[in-house]
Amino acid sequence: MTTEPTTEPLLRVRGLTAAYGDVQALRGVDLDIGDREFFALLGPSGCGKSTLLRSLAGFEQPASGTVELAGEDLLAQPAHRRPVNMMFQSYALFPHLTVERNVGYGPARAGLPKAEIATRVAEVLRTVGLEGLGRRRPSQLSGGQRQRVALARAIVNRPRLLLLDEPLSALDRNVRAQMQLELKRLQHEVGIAFVVVTHDQDEALSMADRVAVMSDGLVQQVAAPEELYRAPANRFVAEFIGRSNVFEGAAGPDGLTVGGRLLPGHGTGSFLVVRPEDVVVRPRGAGAGAVLSGRVLETQFSGGSTAIAVAADGVATASGQPLVVTQAGAPSVQRGAEVDLSWSPDAARIVA
Amino acid sequence: MSAPSAKQGPGLLWIPLLGCFAFLYLPILVVVALSFNSGRSALNLQGLSLRWYAEVFRDGDLGHALLNTLLVATGTMVVSTVLGTMLAVGLVRHARSTALDAFAMTPAILPDLVLAIGLLSFFSWAGISLGLGTVMVAHTAFGTAFVVAVVRARLVQLDGSLEEASQDLGAGGLTTFVRVTLPSIAPAVVAGALLSFTLSVDEFVIAFFTNGPSSPTLPIEIYSRVRFGVTPEINALASLLLLVSVVAVVAGALALRRTETTDDD
Repeated sequence: MTTEPTTEPLLRVRGLTAAYGDVQALRGVDLDIGDREFFALLGPSGCGKSTLLRSLAGFEQPASGTVELAGEDLLAQPAHRRPVNMMFQSYALFPHLTVERNVGYGPARAGLPKAEIATRVAEVLRTVGLEGLGRRRPSQLSGGQRQRVALARAIVNRPRLLLLDEPLSALDRNVRAQMQLELKRLQHEVGIAFVVVTHDQDEALSMADRVAVMSDGLVQQVAAPEELYRAPANRFVAEFIGRSNVFEGAAGPDGLTVGGRLLPGHGTGSFLVVRPEDVVVRPRGAGAGAVLSGRVLETQFSGGSTAIAVAADGVATASGQPLVVTQAGAPSVQRGAEVDLSWSPDAARIVA
Repeated sequence: MSAPSAKQGPGLLWIPLLGCFAFLYLPILVVVALSFNSGRSALNLQGLSLRWYAEVFRDGDLGHALLNTLLVATGTMVVSTVLGTMLAVGLVRHARSTALDAFAMTPAILPDLVLAIGLLSFFSWAGISLGLGTVMVAHTAFGTAFVVAVVRARLVQLDGSLEEASQDLGAGGLTTFVRVTLPSIAPAVVAGALLSFTLSVDEFVIAFFTNGPSSPTLPIEIYSRVRFGVTPEINALASLLLLVSVVAVVAGALALRRTETTDDD
C-alpha cells in the first residue's frame, strides 16, 4: 500500500492559512496530492475542508501559503484560468440550458469549434451513462441524473484536478452507495486526480486512495484508509475514524499507566487507543493476563457481531463513556456479568 | 394536492368580497362605459359609439402629450432597468448591507411629494432648466428603486454557486454575467422594466413639479382639462391607458410567474 505519492506530487500545498474575520479557517495546511490519485478531505463541519477546496478552485483567497499544481503557482491565477474543475454540492447546473449546453459550457468558453464541442459532449455523456438525455433541461432529470450531468460538465474540460464538494450528500441512501462505486470507476477511467470533500467517513474510507483527516483548520493525519484505522496519529483521528476506546495517562516503555494500572501498548504520547474488536472479554477469572476487570452494562447483537459495553473497575476512558468491545457472533457474556478484559500489546497504540 | 378548506367557507363570505371588488372596480367600469357614450355629456349615457376614441386620435394636443409621456416612460424604463439591475447585482453579490439595501429601495416608498419637491429644488439649485429630460431623471429616481426591489428579490433566491460554476468552467466576470446571471434573473428584469414603464406613464405629482410649461405629459394635460369638467374624450383616453396598463401588468405578472416556476427544479 503506497501512502505517499510515488512520483513528484501533482498538487503541493504548503503553509496555507485562511481566515474569515476572527475565525481562522485554515491554520497552516501542508498537503501533497499525486497524479491520478483519489484523495479525500475528511472532517467535521467547520474543520476547514471546504475552505481548502474553495481555495484550490479560486473562490477563496488564502491569507498566506503556496499552492503549486504541476510546478505552477495556482494561487496567482483567477478561478476561470485554473486547470481545475469543481463539482458543486448543489450541482449548480444552469437551469436555462439543456444538458448538452451545460456540459458544453466549458469547451465553448475555451473557444473550441462547434463540431469538436459536440463530439466531446457526446463522448462524456456516454462515459457518465446519460446518452439520449442531452436535450433535456436539468429540471426534467432525477437527482442521480443531475449528479451525472454535474460530473460530466466538470470532467469534459479534462482538468488536471477535479474537486468534488460533498458529491453524494444530495442523493438518496441507496443511490449513494451505487454512486460511490461509480465515482471510483470513473476516476480510473478518466485518469484525473479527484479531491473529494466529505464529512462522511464511510464515503471517504471506501472511495479514496488516501484520506486527509482535518480538524480545527489543520490536517491531523494523511494516510491510506487502512492505516488511518490501524495507526491513527492522534486522539482526534482515533476517535473520528471508526469506534475506539481511548485512555489518558502516563506512557512508559510497556504501555500507559492509568489510575495505577498498566495498560499494554506501544508508542509515545498520553493517549492509548484500542479498537473494540481487539479487546478480548472473558468471564471473571477464566484466563490469565487480564488487563482490566469490569461489569457488562449492555450487549447488543446485530446479526454477524455483538457490541458489548463494559464499565471497567477503577479506570475510566478519556471520554467518560463505557468501554466498547465487539466480537463475532452472539454475545459470550450476559448483562451484569463480571468480566476480565485483555488485549495484545501490539493491538494498542499510544498517541499524542 | 387539493384544498378541501376552499369548499368549507360559509357562502355569505362572498358578499363582502363582492362589495370590495365593486368598490375597487366600479369607478373604473363607469369611466370605460361612459367612454362609449355617443352624446356630449360625460355623466349620462345617451347611446353607444366610438366617436370619442376617434376624437382622441384627432386631438393634436393630446397626441403631443401622449408622445411626451411615451418618450419619458421609455427613457425611464431603459435607464431604470439598467441602473436598477446593476445596483441589485452589486448589492446582493458584493455589498451585503441591510442599510444599503434600504437606501436603494427607499425612493420607491417615499411620498411622491417629498421626491417632487426635493428634485425641483435640486434642479433649480443646479441651474437645470425644466423639461421632459428633468421629468425622466425624476422618474428614473423612483423607477430604479422599483427595479432594484424586484431584481434583488430574484437574485437572493439564486444559487450563488451557479456563477461560481460558470467561472470554474472558464468564463470571466462579464461572460458569467451575460450567460448565467442575466438569463437567470431575466424574468425579474422584464417585470421591473414593465413596472417602471407603467409607473412613469401615469405619474402625475413628480411630473407636475419637475416639468417645464411647454411639453406637458399626458397626466398633466388631462389634469389641465378636467379642471373645466370631464369630457367623454378624457374617458376614452383613460380607457386606452387602462388597456395599456392592464396589458403591461399582466405581462409583468406572467414574467414573474415564469421566475417562480423555474425555481422549482
